[in-house]
Amino acid sequence: MLTTSSLSIGYHHPLASNLNLELHPAELVCLIGPNGVGKSTLLRTLAGMEKPLAGTVWLQHDNLHHLPAMELAKRLAIVLTGRVESPLLTAYELVSLGRYPYTDWLGRLTARDEVAVRHAMHLTDTWRFQARPLAQLSDGERQKVMIARALAQEPKVLLLDEPTAFLDLPRRVDLLQLLRRLARETQTAILLSTHDLDLALRLADRLWLFSSNGTMEIGLPEALALNGAIARVFQSEGAYFDHAIGAFRVHQAIHGPLTLEGDGYGITAAWTWRALERLGYEVHNGKSRYPLRVEILAESHWRLVTPSTQTDHFSLESLLTQIAQFHSHENLL
Amino acid sequence: MQPYTPCILHSLLIIPSMPRWIFLLLVLLLLLAFALSLAFGSVSIPFGQVVHILLGGIPEKAAWADILFKFRLPKALTAVLVGAALAASGLQMQTLFRNPLADPYILGVSSGASLGVALVILGLGTGSTALTFISGLGTLGNFTLALSASAGAALVLGAVLLLARRVQNTLTLLVTGLMFGYLASAVVSLLIYFSQPERVQVFSLWTAGSFGGVTWPQMQVFAPAALFGLLIASTMVKPLNALLLGDEYARSLGLNVRRARVWIIVSASLLAGVATAFCGPIWFVGVAVPHVARSLLKTADHRVLLPASVLMGAAFALLADLIAQLPGSQRVLPLNVVMSLFGVPVILSIILRQKQLRQL
Repeated sequence: MLTTSSLSIGYHHPLASNLNLELHPAELVCLIGPNGVGKSTLLRTLAGMEKPLAGTVWLQHDNLHHLPAMELAKRLAIVLTGRVESPLLTAYELVSLGRYPYTDWLGRLTARDEVAVRHAMHLTDTWRFQARPLAQLSDGERQKVMIARALAQEPKVLLLDEPTAFLDLPRRVDLLQLLRRLARETQTAILLSTHDLDLALRLADRLWLFSSNGTMEIGLPEALALNGAIARVFQSEGAYFDHAIGAFRVHQAIHGPLTLEGDGYGITAAWTWRALERLGYEVHNGKSRYPLRVEILAESHWRLVTPSTQTDHFSLESLLTQIAQFHSHENLL
Repeated sequence: MQPYTPCILHSLLIIPSMPRWIFLLLVLLLLLAFALSLAFGSVSIPFGQVVHILLGGIPEKAAWADILFKFRLPKALTAVLVGAALAASGLQMQTLFRNPLADPYILGVSSGASLGVALVILGLGTGSTALTFISGLGTLGNFTLALSASAGAALVLGAVLLLARRVQNTLTLLVTGLMFGYLASAVVSLLIYFSQPERVQVFSLWTAGSFGGVTWPQMQVFAPAALFGLLIASTMVKPLNALLLGDEYARSLGLNVRRARVWIIVSASLLAGVATAFCGPIWFVGVAVPHVARSLLKTADHRVLLPASVLMGAAFALLADLIAQLPGSQRVLPLNVVMSLFGVPVILSIILRQKQLRQL
């Protein structure tokens, strides 16, 4: 569908060189990587908005950068990060602008165009508010309308630059699931950039992992997590990717090890774990035997065992206060 | 709003979704304003006689035919064309720059025209030759003004277009246009500073604006130029709609943004330049009418906004001119003064009545 051969991207200096990428129909690919590596530049180059420094982007056997603009618009659509500021435009009017490459000089919709617009709006569940002006749409609704507009172009390839950026978590999940469904139902190749590593890992068919040295690792999300590629790309001082749990750990241990006992209390244990980590402890499970130990005895009953004392607590708050006290005491010695 | 329904009448009228009754109302308003401006002035002519004379009948008073054909008809036509031209120009500029404050003169066209006129009136010749040449109220003098205004407007337009082809960013264009405007205004001020009071008087008369200066021979240049500008504007409605989404989206939809921008500027500046050249810088219509159109029709679709703005602009210009004539009296108020004095309250009341201030 869309392939690149020895593609170099960037403005004056290459951000990445010799990229050989491939997008397939019905596949949802997430482009992830740290800030500033050139995710947007790559998307814009693939969309024909920027010229490549070297190499070629192929769209169905045609050099994408040589296609006439109208022809390209019929095959490829993009959703950008910037907000559209046209409060009077209704959702329907906005989506119907997606028919731009198909309509006559006045932009009049034929019956065929109307079907395409309605179909795009039904697919994205935006038909409900088709008559509402943009000013009265929430960020999530707006983003879906923008996607409907892109679908109205009936593209073979759909590119999205951080479509989840302004949305809360439920809406982000919702949007990615929608895109995944769209890829299947419309046989479109969908590529989106995101900072949502967790969601990308759960919902993408494939990850393009862009690292700051300009290399690209491509593979199944789970495979890239397993071989440590994700941890490598995202390593930084404040956080690291723990591939045992498939998520970032934010705090580095500053206080040394601690044993947390009480695996029987799953949720309590998980949140206690996080609280202790936040305080700066390197938390280990009940099999370890460190001098500092927290035992979970019931759902809200914790016991703190230090080499010299043993105290019982009935709230996390009191447990943490006690640990902090123990700590300042230890520092004095 | 209903999705566009294909309809033969609508496609003929280039207004796919404008409610028909509003369109009809606007046409009626325009016809009424036109009739009023033919009938009223320093001398009132009964409506029946107006129609009678226009159809080739013999008037009750011989002077009426002269008044009608030599003065009121060309003046009314001029008002219609200028109102339509400035409204269409302002609409295009507001969308192109995505700025509700943009007007037809934002790229410095009127400043250029003023400079041209100022150079002729204030700067030309040392003695009284140039002055008598112009203030003789002869057709030739008026035409000289129109020519010099056109030359000045064309100069600025040329410079802006040269830039528009090179500059990627529309905002840069806006700022450079403003700078050109300031530059031209500065030169005009300088000329005024060093000129004799009589000449300054003639110049300030020109800046007050008037629809009365266009004679039939001039109309043969003025009308085709204005209509040509409107024609280009009507071919730009689709690109203008795409530009509502911003340059990048417009480009991704297949629009050649740079080319569209050049044509929009050509159309908007031609309309503004022609209007200024023949009638002086007419303010207010260009910036206000598109807002009224958006407010009343509650749409951002240029297929609706363009014809609506054209009709409203024409009617507004006719009515403003009618008031400026102070019907029944021998005095005439400066057109720009009337536009603002009577236009501002009317238009504010329309725009502020909306729950939220309408944007583009």
